Amino acid sequence: MTLFGKLSWSAIPFNQPIPLVAAAIVLVVILGVLVWVTLKGWVPYLWKEWITSVDHKHIGVMYCLLGLVMLLRGFIDALMMRSQQALAFHAPGYLPPEHYDQIFSAHGTIMILFAAMPLIIGLMNFVVPLQLGVRDVAFPTLNSVSFWLTATGALLVNVSLVVGEFSRVGWLPFPPLSELRYSPGVGVDYYLWAVQISGVGTLLTGINFVTTILKTRTYGMTYLRMPIFCWTALAACMLIIAAFPVLTATLAMLTLDRYLGFHFFTNMAGGNAMMFTNLIWAWGHPEVYILVLPSFGVFSEVISTFSSKPLFGYRSMVIATLFICLVSFCVWLHHFFTMGAGGDVNAAFGIATSIIAVGTGVKMYNWLFTMYGGRIRYETPMLWALGFLITFITGGMTGVMLAVPPADFLLHNSMFLVAHFHHVIMAGVIFAVMAGIAYWFPKAFGFRLDEGWGKATFWFAFVGFYVTFMPLYVLGFLGMTRRLQHYDVAEWRPWILAAMVGVLILLCSAICQVMQLVVSIRHREALRDLTGDPWDGRSLEWATPSPPPAFNFAHLPHVDNLEAYWNVKQRARDEQTLGRAAPYEDIEMPRNSPTGFVCAFFATFIGFALIWHIWWLMILGLAGAYATFVVFAWRDVPEYVIPAEEVARSDRANRAIRQEALLGGRTS
Amino acid sequence: MSATDAALAARDPYHVGHAGESQARGHGAGGPASKRIVVGYGFWLFLLSDIVIFSCLFASYTVLAQATAGGPSGKQIFDLKRVALETACLLASSFFCGTASIAVARRSQLWTQVALIATGLLGLAFLFLEASEFAALHAAGDGPRRSAFLTGFFTLVGCHGLHVSVGLLWLGTMMAQLFAKGFRADIRRRFLCFTMFWHFLDIIWVAIFSLVYLVGTKL
Repeated sequence: MTLFGKLSWSAIPFNQPIPLVAAAIVLVVILGVLVWVTLKGWVPYLWKEWITSVDHKHIGVMYCLLGLVMLLRGFIDALMMRSQQALAFHAPGYLPPEHYDQIFSAHGTIMILFAAMPLIIGLMNFVVPLQLGVRDVAFPTLNSVSFWLTATGALLVNVSLVVGEFSRVGWLPFPPLSELRYSPGVGVDYYLWAVQISGVGTLLTGINFVTTILKTRTYGMTYLRMPIFCWTALAACMLIIAAFPVLTATLAMLTLDRYLGFHFFTNMAGGNAMMFTNLIWAWGHPEVYILVLPSFGVFSEVISTFSSKPLFGYRSMVIATLFICLVSFCVWLHHFFTMGAGGDVNAAFGIATSIIAVGTGVKMYNWLFTMYGGRIRYETPMLWALGFLITFITGGMTGVMLAVPPADFLLHNSMFLVAHFHHVIMAGVIFAVMAGIAYWFPKAFGFRLDEGWGKATFWFAFVGFYVTFMPLYVLGFLGMTRRLQHYDVAEWRPWILAAMVGVLILLCSAICQVMQLVVSIRHREALRDLTGDPWDGRSLEWATPSPPPAFNFAHLPHVDNLEAYWNVKQRARDEQTLGRAAPYEDIEMPRNSPTGFVCAFFATFIGFALIWHIWWLMILGLAGAYATFVVFAWRDVPEYVIPAEEVARSDRANRAIRQEALLGGRTS
Repeated sequence: MSATDAALAARDPYHVGHAGESQARGHGAGGPASKRIVVGYGFWLFLLSDIVIFSCLFASYTVLAQATAGGPSGKQIFDLKRVALETACLLASSFFCGTASIAVARRSQLWTQVALIATGLLGLAFLFLEASEFAALHAAGDGPRRSAFLTGFFTLVGCHGLHVSVGLLWLGTMMAQLFAKGFRADIRRRFLCFTMFWHFLDIIWVAIFSLVYLVGTKL
């Protein structure tokens, strides 16, 4: 029993140059940013407006930022894996096996849990309250806690780069390999606590948004008037509430096995490793839909807006969403048909898996018919949506191939599978996030993103995707299994090199994306969105100024139709008046609170202490977290008041702009 | 019949409830629900997610229940008398928790505190009984490392015990807060959540009592 548990200087990989150099660069960048921010005197601003903010719009932006940074980190892992395989033909390559294993584990963990999830949740945070016509989510401080706990998880994953090691057992820690006996290092523990802590954050988000969507919608916003993105967010958050506790429980069981010698999944004393596989996929499959349903929502909004038409088959879209939501819990076994559950069980799950594609098929037709006869504008968000439509169909088809158990016995664990899930997740989720960011960026920041760089980003991503992942399907048919550190089959070589070329094209896309942000920020005055409605939008978020004020809406809007803002615009044009503004009143808004940040501060120490068995630090962290909650619970003034005059000033400016845009400046 | 009722009747002449225009707050067209409803609803969702955690533990216990690996089975180690006492403690504590809600509704600080102390003491008694059961098993060499069955048993029942412990910490904090802040609206909302949590622990215990102890002593 030492002061620092298992932690010692040997935990820092002085003998491995790659992680050390990478970590040094990251540290220098972080320190540089910190010094720059401090010298510029921005720390009070950042603390007040962002770090302690409970405003859903700011939290949404921070989620997206976290997601983009981690997307980049995960992409660097991808570059390393592709280049390792390109080099490691009859050769060891440049990554030793124990390092390569950490990279593919980190890549999967980061991309799903710390890139895709924050990006999707970030979009939901920003958009859902605006679309529902409300001023914030149901529990604003809890929302901040959610974000910072997610950030804690991401931080722990990155700390593992320098202090100790990351998991080597894949993005899901399957026992018995992940048990203490076969993985004695701290890698799996980093995985467990990072995912566990961020998982709590995600669960709280789910609770927060289901409550927001079901209980706080504005006047007249009945279920069948909610924009489709809200429906998909609702479905995803219901899945979070039902699925994430399964993840928590399953990882807790593995943790007990590792820390206290329990026998849930061990080979000894009656433990059952296949129980882990079942439990983890009971979370893992719904997780796929937690990501992809809001993505479908984004595409629905984008396709309808840029086709200048209402969404085709809104009700069938809602039904399809909820159908997928339900059936996503009935297909988990298709991830391990090879377990040997028997023909009947495999057939049942194979059929259920094929059936779930029907819901997606309904959506595909709805999107096509939405475009049919519309006046389509090919701006960046729409390009991503079109790229998705073309790509996702074939990705779904390879999924149906995998859903056939006899075929799956051949394709299981092969590169075909790797190609399939990248196909659907990249075309489904990443394209959606890019479309969503391009679409809602002007709302969030008040200026548009540069179209030229945006289109370049799309085309590089689109082409790069095909060049990278189509060869992986071929490699699957040629019998290449996933996660190979080196190989000596000559037939694979050209396809692996092709995939390497593809990933370099994707790198061009990433560079274009960064360039787009830089160029747009530099030219923000020229790209300024003055109207608050840059795309001729149809739902309520476009009724607010860009960026929206803290209180979103001066008056909670009264909704009487599915396309709330579109109808307001139509009526204003028909009647040649915006209508009279109701009298302005004081608005109560939740006060900013450092609770989330402080909580995450302690959570980071608790996680780190548990990973390294530093028990005193863990107890200290728990006491600190409890004290934080008590301090928060003891607050007397939870809200602050925005005076009516300020509300009036903001709203009059907004109305003047709408007047100008809709009625050409005529006074009513 | 008011105008809205008439409009509703016109849209929904056979009262099948598909008019979709409920004017109640938090339903359909009526605008945001009250804070009390929103907080209570959110906490319900949290409890549902907690129930999902327990359902995983129940599932794994059931899968592992026969895997005694040469160690004792449930029949050999469960003492139904102790379990009956535990159940009595927990249910009685829930009764006092209910009494406390009545006291809060009547704004009686004295009775609120008395009822909550009774709730807490009975909770502590429950925990003591459970801890002594665990300690006895551990001393006999039948701890959670002995077999997969005992792993599942200790985790499931221990997780409930952990919830009771966290509940007691919350109870103490809640009492201090009711004393310091009085019956403010936000404090009452929090108290509502606490009572929901405490009753939820009973629901889980009833399932543990039936599935683990009653079934376990029969098999």
